[in-house]
Amino acid sequence: MQYVIIGNSAAGVGCVEGIRQADKTGKITVLSSEPYHTYSRPLISYLLYGKTDEEKMKYRRASFYEDNGCEFLPGRTAAAIDPKGKTVRLTDGTEIPYDRLMVATGSRPFVPPIPGLDRVSSQFTFMSLDDARALEKELSPDKRVLIMGAGLIGLKCAEGIAAKVGELTVVDLAPHILPSILDPDAAALVQKHIEGHNIRFILSDSVKEFSGNAAVLASGKTVPFDILIVAVGVRPNTALISDAGGAVNRGIVTDDACRTTLPDIFAAGDCTESRDAVSGEHRVLALLPNAYMQGECAGINMAGGTAVYDKAIAMNAIGFFGLHVLTAGSYQGEDYISAGEETYKRLISSDNRLRGFILVGDVARAGIYTNLIKNKTALSSIDYDLIKERPQLLAFSRKERKIMLGGAAE
Amino acid sequence: MPVNYFYPDYEVVRDRDKCIQCRVCERQCANEVHSYDKDRNLMLADSSKCVDCQRCVSLCPTGALKIVKSDNTFKENSNWSGTIIKELYRQAESGGVLLSSMGNPLPFPVYWDKMLINASQVTNPSIDPLREPMETKVYLGKKSSEIQRDKNGNLVNNLSPYLTLSVPIMFSAMSYGSISYNAHESLARAATALGIYYNTGEGGLHEDFYKYGKNTIVQVASGRFGVYKDYLEAGAAIEIKMGQGAKPGIGGHLPGEKIVGDVSRTRMIPEGSDAISPAPHHDIYSIEDLRQLVDSLKEATDYKKPVIVKIAAVHNVAAIASGIARSGADIIAIDGFRGGTGAAPTRIRDNVGIPIELALASVDERLRQEGIRDNVSIVVGGSIRSSSDIIKAVALGADAVYIATAALLALGCHLCRSCQTGKCNWGIATQKPELVKRLNPNVGYKRLINLITAWDHEIKEMMGGMGINSIEALKGNRLMLRGVGLTEKELEILGIKHAGE
Amino acid sequence: MKRVYVNEEWCLGCHLCEYYCAFANSGIKDMVKALKDVQINPRLRIEEAPGVSFAVSCRHCDEPLCVKGCITGSLHIENGVITFDKEKCVGCYTCILSCPYGAIMPSETGAVQKCELCLKNSFGTPACVKGCPNQAIVFEER
Repeated sequence: MQYVIIGNSAAGVGCVEGIRQADKTGKITVLSSEPYHTYSRPLISYLLYGKTDEEKMKYRRASFYEDNGCEFLPGRTAAAIDPKGKTVRLTDGTEIPYDRLMVATGSRPFVPPIPGLDRVSSQFTFMSLDDARALEKELSPDKRVLIMGAGLIGLKCAEGIAAKVGELTVVDLAPHILPSILDPDAAALVQKHIEGHNIRFILSDSVKEFSGNAAVLASGKTVPFDILIVAVGVRPNTALISDAGGAVNRGIVTDDACRTTLPDIFAAGDCTESRDAVSGEHRVLALLPNAYMQGECAGINMAGGTAVYDKAIAMNAIGFFGLHVLTAGSYQGEDYISAGEETYKRLISSDNRLRGFILVGDVARAGIYTNLIKNKTALSSIDYDLIKERPQLLAFSRKERKIMLGGAAE
Repeated sequence: MPVNYFYPDYEVVRDRDKCIQCRVCERQCANEVHSYDKDRNLMLADSSKCVDCQRCVSLCPTGALKIVKSDNTFKENSNWSGTIIKELYRQAESGGVLLSSMGNPLPFPVYWDKMLINASQVTNPSIDPLREPMETKVYLGKKSSEIQRDKNGNLVNNLSPYLTLSVPIMFSAMSYGSISYNAHESLARAATALGIYYNTGEGGLHEDFYKYGKNTIVQVASGRFGVYKDYLEAGAAIEIKMGQGAKPGIGGHLPGEKIVGDVSRTRMIPEGSDAISPAPHHDIYSIEDLRQLVDSLKEATDYKKPVIVKIAAVHNVAAIASGIARSGADIIAIDGFRGGTGAAPTRIRDNVGIPIELALASVDERLRQEGIRDNVSIVVGGSIRSSSDIIKAVALGADAVYIATAALLALGCHLCRSCQTGKCNWGIATQKPELVKRLNPNVGYKRLINLITAWDHEIKEMMGGMGINSIEALKGNRLMLRGVGLTEKELEILGIKHAGE
Repeated sequence: MKRVYVNEEWCLGCHLCEYYCAFANSGIKDMVKALKDVQINPRLRIEEAPGVSFAVSCRHCDEPLCVKGCITGSLHIENGVITFDKEKCVGCYTCILSCPYGAIMPSETGAVQKCELCLKNSFGTPACVKGCPNQAIVFEER
């Protein structure tokens, strides 16, 4: 069996580990556009922050490819797939045959067409190690930085570089920060915390145009800067599949086994759409844990095993300057809210199920909540009042707990 | 109280340098001795509540605790000892009968410690139990005096029902109620694993423990609690309890507050009612009456089970035993004055009865003289503390021994002698669920097995030393004992020579 | 594989397991020195309410969500044991968000911490099991 994996990040690694659960000997070829050992993409902000280094950023140990019998082709990019001939053609013209193919091409930064942007001399996106390296070279205490986008990427980038630059402004069209995962109250708490670290926000506003190294905002304000970072969103890399005739919506369409609509071609990670276990909708859930688990599931299925990935939910663990934010699920339903000085908790339930939560500050044991969402646990089967207060196994029945903790032998 | 007559008997001593404020002492003390002072981050202790059960000492992870006897003394007086003065104060305050638990603590002679065991030298060589077979199995019951054969010359089995013990040790009667469910389960499982027996006491048999029936002795006492057909049939033997060494001549009283839930159901009496065992069996005023009960119990169980009659060791124990040996009973159990109890009036516990060593020697001798020794087996209890006590008991004529206090010690009891409070910190003499759970039977039954296995090894070792390879050959073999520091009279009653003779 | 199992029927809520855990992972040989005047942060925690208590620590799941979700690869499986490389961890708390048992918690260093069955410390076998006075925590094959 010949496996080819396009992509070398979490989904690709998950795929290798999935294949090897079911097939110890088949040949695996891993293609990576970037010329690096597999590294954890979300760590690039931590790299700039000084919490990790390039060696520690490796997502798997140095001998990963060798240990898993992979042929690793760094710096090689797939250009097209021939699903009939079952080959992948690389940009250098090489053709690689496959029996099973994994497409884990990830996503790319979206750069909006703003007048004058092309003339901004020092501009960056923040997706890859190369982005981080290039950005780092430019940082110095006399520089003013403008970040477009107060989402996950923009703010992690801001945290990473805040101490290394003179001024840092984040601008976002949304009325509050982290609009994809936080509600206004939680966002206000987090914003206040971040503002204590040399970061200024301009919200409900957007860049209308660039005039040299100054951004002119819709409100009329002008923000001069030395470095511009564009972090307004990402777009899934779906072209390989759509060009080959596979179904693509916002992302590559996959089923619960992580198959695309093309035979023997699987896809996983940020380039795909998967079914959100909470809403039932198909959507892009561009999250590292999701990518890994999709990849692993695909790998098992590629190698002839049987695996289903149907527990995907939106979930985010993020933190800024020691303030942690954990969120999961969707926010439609009945609220339970408790807030303190630097803490905020919102649990959302409907139809006897926990649907989502936002935790800021006090995040201990949040996985117990996540699990309620994923497993669609009936809240009537547990002591919801108790678990609302604090995630704890005491809220479960003795019987359920015996299964969880194993009981003791007679 | 303006005048406090009682200085604590024990003082909790904490090494502050070692204490890490983990608060395990506080959490584990049902007497609420320990407390935590948050403001000062200090553990405190109220010694006046301490019963010296050693639970906190045993669990303290850094060894920061010890309990010491208070050195506060009343003005010294050989006649009016501190204990007597304190007891008097207590009664002056309460107007009540003093209650105590466990065995007689007073310094009466312990005859086991005044007898020494023989060993072979040169002649009659000793036996190495690791190399040679060594028999510690015993059978309890009436031994037939004659051999019968059928007309074809084959042996006729004319044996009465008997008990088979892998070692001459049984766990003696402790009722469910006086001790916990988990203590009972530990005893039952250990007895089953060891091939010996445990005894229900007068509390009935919990429905969960019928499955251990083959290793259970069911007791019938003056209150008849929990006695019915299934109960009698469940056990391997039935014991009629006439008396108890710790409190000869009086009955028992388990207060209504302990008669709850399973205890009430098992005893077959209403929740909250006092369980009062009368001092006598109201249907037994003579040996003939006793015989009727023995017969009824045998009739009820189809003559398949041996019947034990248990009495306390009292002044005329030999004559009483002689009567019992003629009553149809298969086994006599004699309980000495040092035997334990969950609760007894202090004055009775400390002043009534006689030492088991003397009672045993005189009963064995009397039954031999009357030619009825084989009518019954003799089991003795009342503070058997070690394997050497057992060797000595067997040499004095016992077939087997009963142990209870020793078994409880194996389960964790520290002899704090506060059973009557129901707040046993070791989960033994209590019915409070949060305390009962402290005794995990998975741990408890293994410790009991360990104890009996260790004693079995030691018994074999001592037998081997005497050149004896079967416990039967040691039985009544008083030549294997010598007394030290005993009077002529004591030696005469024990039927042994003085050391050097 | 041998795992730590908890039976709440025998848990006394004495919290000794937490202290033995904290001691075992302190790297200090003397318990007093390790824990005196220290607010312990053990890797297993007692949950308790009147009449019930039990210890919770890593279950070493066969399908560990923490490992699969770890963004750094610092959580990984070694011979069935979910092991943790604290040098790699950046403290993103994805594992805390993922663990259904709430058995991973923040450590003092900003990284997380979890039970590693005492394989990495001088105890070699789980200190909580050794220190439990009532065998409410056992280490065995099931």
